[in-house]
Amino acid sequence: MSIRVGEAASAPDFPVAAKKLVSNAQIRQNVRRATDVIRNKRARVVAEVDDWEQLRDAGHEIKEHVLRHLDFYLQQFEAACTRAGGVVHWASDADEANRIIVDLVRAHEATEVIKVKTMTSDEISLNRALQAAGVTPYETDLADLIVQLGDDQPSHIVVPALHRNRMEIRRIFSEKMNLPDLGYRPEDLTEAARAYLREKFLRVPVAISGANFAIAETGAVCVVESEGNARMCLSLPRVLITLVGIEKIIPKFRDLEVFLQLLPRSATGERMNPYNSIWTGVSPAGGPREFHVVLLDNGRTNVLADDVSRETLDCIRCGACLNACPVYRQTGGHAYGSVYAGPIGAILTPQLQAMQHSQTLPYASSLCGACYEVCPVKINIPEILIHLRGRIVEENHAPLVEKLAMKAAAFALESPERLSLAQKFARIAQFPFTHDGVIRHLPGMLAGWTSVRDLAPIPKQSFRQWWAQRQREPRL
Amino acid sequence: MVGATPERAAPLIMSVKQDIIDRIRNATGGSSITNETEYESINRHYRQVGVLDPAARVELFADRLADYGSPVYRCAESEIAPTVAGILTERAKTGLLVPRDLPRVWLPEGFYFFRESPDYHELDSSEGVLTDCALAIASTGTIVLRHAPGEASRALSLIPDYHLCIVFPAQIVETVPEGIRQMSAFATLPITTISGPSATSDIEMTRIKGVHGPRTLEVILVT
Amino acid sequence: MHISLFITCYNDTLFPQTGRAVVAVLERLGHTVEFRQGQTCCGQMHYNTGYQAEAMPLMRRFLEVFRDDETICIPSSSCVAMIRDHYPKMAAVSGDPAVTRAVEKLLPRIFEFSELLVDKLGVTDVGAFFPHSVTLHPSCHSLRSLHLGDKPERLLKQVRGLTLIDLPEADECCGFGGTFAIKNVEVSAAMLSDKLRCVLGTRAEICTAADNSCLMHIAGALSRQRTGIRCLHLAEILASTEAGEVS
Repeated sequence: MSIRVGEAASAPDFPVAAKKLVSNAQIRQNVRRATDVIRNKRARVVAEVDDWEQLRDAGHEIKEHVLRHLDFYLQQFEAACTRAGGVVHWASDADEANRIIVDLVRAHEATEVIKVKTMTSDEISLNRALQAAGVTPYETDLADLIVQLGDDQPSHIVVPALHRNRMEIRRIFSEKMNLPDLGYRPEDLTEAARAYLREKFLRVPVAISGANFAIAETGAVCVVESEGNARMCLSLPRVLITLVGIEKIIPKFRDLEVFLQLLPRSATGERMNPYNSIWTGVSPAGGPREFHVVLLDNGRTNVLADDVSRETLDCIRCGACLNACPVYRQTGGHAYGSVYAGPIGAILTPQLQAMQHSQTLPYASSLCGACYEVCPVKINIPEILIHLRGRIVEENHAPLVEKLAMKAAAFALESPERLSLAQKFARIAQFPFTHDGVIRHLPGMLAGWTSVRDLAPIPKQSFRQWWAQRQREPRL
Repeated sequence: MVGATPERAAPLIMSVKQDIIDRIRNATGGSSITNETEYESINRHYRQVGVLDPAARVELFADRLADYGSPVYRCAESEIAPTVAGILTERAKTGLLVPRDLPRVWLPEGFYFFRESPDYHELDSSEGVLTDCALAIASTGTIVLRHAPGEASRALSLIPDYHLCIVFPAQIVETVPEGIRQMSAFATLPITTISGPSATSDIEMTRIKGVHGPRTLEVILVT
Repeated sequence: MHISLFITCYNDTLFPQTGRAVVAVLERLGHTVEFRQGQTCCGQMHYNTGYQAEAMPLMRRFLEVFRDDETICIPSSSCVAMIRDHYPKMAAVSGDPAVTRAVEKLLPRIFEFSELLVDKLGVTDVGAFFPHSVTLHPSCHSLRSLHLGDKPERLLKQVRGLTLIDLPEADECCGFGGTFAIKNVEVSAAMLSDKLRCVLGTRAEICTAADNSCLMHIAGALSRQRTGIRCLHLAEILASTEAGEVS
């Protein structure tokens, strides 16, 4: 099986990637400004909702229920979608999904496709497979267009071009759309994108999309968007192919009442996003004549298999955790080496790959808990991070030096006598590093601390020594 | 219905599906036959109905549209045609596209009202579209379109740059759950929900309106 | 009241003055403090880093040492969070019903220092005098696990001579995160620089918190940059009187 999460398997370790990005002032400014804006918008619209906690609870319970019965709901979806004139395909991994989609496109002799934003297609590297087969994919979401024309990688779930400012975008559009006199106001850039893409919307016969929700009861698919490009791609072409991760299933149509409240407020800080499209199979009233759903596993069953971290699959891809995360704020998404970045990326990416890759991601967190506070479906991300760290250690992927140090520390902490001895030893060992009452350099693993911080030396007397002494001296 | 897969590939496809189902069952501990009870026991303590009276609901809806920058025109049902005429004159438009089954009595004399065309370029070069809606949700300022034969198609309500929509007060519910409940009645039709004009915040988080969908959305709120 | 003190391994080793301050405050309020020499560590560092097996014996020792104490004071939000949030899970993993029972019995008896003062002892004025300007870093565990709310603030506001200055962006993590500070030096430093900017902007003389872990990290940068600003644990401010600071 070839499970792939973009290029995550060969991405640099998080600390290495982060180091470069932390030194990039432009990225840090862009990321900070963007996350500040969305954080504030989200906070405002969530504060308006007096049943927000109850919605979160319901969202969590609905998702947990679906995951427990995923086999049932997937098959219910397949039956309903097929009855409505859709064709349902199953793909175990990235390669299979790509093959199915490429074959479908080829069967219609299409050399171009228009695409709606779907991270799932980045996950399986669909564009590369299409191009290898001689098919040109056009991204139609503005941010994905920016990323595609800029030969770049997305850096955020909801705002993928967050790492680009207007001058950079103007340069990319001007070059790639051949618009030498293009202005640099956001309005100018949007106008250029509108014209460039409209021509394709009205002409290209095959579209590929993802899905936010797939409804088991009715076989419907729901796509949530702001720009209108999804509406274009979902209703104008003759053939529509929709790639759906198996965790996107929700049980019934009525469950949209929960998720269509949680998602827009969490993702873009709006009461409701501009457009939602819901469709079931093929319609006699217009739209695509042919509709295919590709249900994708690609490691989701790995995540399902761990009952502590299974709730990772509750995720509705709102991006609120990224915006809240103080680590993401300093690096942006590229540090995670995965299409899924931030807190959700740190737990999803390694699990999809059965913990074989991206093992530094669960450590890319200070466990501050801000993500859990904002997650609309109450995924306990900090708890899952700790659990995954446990799996990494248990499955023998921890660095040897660290393992030895942790075992030595555990040994020392197991009894007060050993602890006292370790304290004595540390007091002696620190001596060469202590100058004028402060430690500015430490060796080995601890050098990381002193590279940016001083350390006060260990006091001559520990608390327990002070207490023992006090007990011996009679008190007046 | 078009199927794209030849007969002899069927066993292979069955096995991929079966593999996935098997992996799911192994992961979650066996298959479940009935889970309706568990589904019904999901706690839904969120608000399921609104609290506003009809007049307040209408005002809330109008407020939300104003937030989006969508002009709202109010008129009595008998005044719809002249109101449309007034708007078209003000916008210097000679006419609009309409879905087949839109009530003729709403269309004023002196303007062209064309039925929609399957040709996307004709839609693109039109002056705009006039539709009604299936329902509206006040708390989010949402208009819901259903796309049954005879009603506005998805292309019709999408490609033209101008959309004028007629909403009746009886069609307005307060909350999203009430809206979804009404939508369940036509859950298998294509459905589009519209909450303000299309927008992006992808360029430095600056909200720009009107990327691909109609850049102007105006509403006639019947009183 | 008879109060048993869990000093925490890192306070014991690196910040004994915080322990001395806790003792001073509680005795000044008329209570007796017990320190059980058998104590070592709650296991947080190991547990959070993925060495959950190594944390298990540390939990067992904790449960044993504090088995008979009615009121346990812990001057460290993160250690209290470890016990409240994770001991029940660890007990379940141990599969030992005696451990599960012991944890259940333990949880109502542990108190972070400001919780002890405000909730259990019902005091906010502990008779302290500290004529300095102070800003308070809430710390993630205080905020999101313990939900301490305004307890530390209420205690500080009763300190005579103290000027409390609000810290901007207070609920942003300082970047310590335990082993995170070593495993992700660059990001930890970047987060710290943001926190420092906020602390410096208040122009306060002292930065305080209910956790020496955060303070060790913040103080490390305050010292490295020769800012002349120092960090003191909340207990050390509350222990301070006209006679001087407890050291």
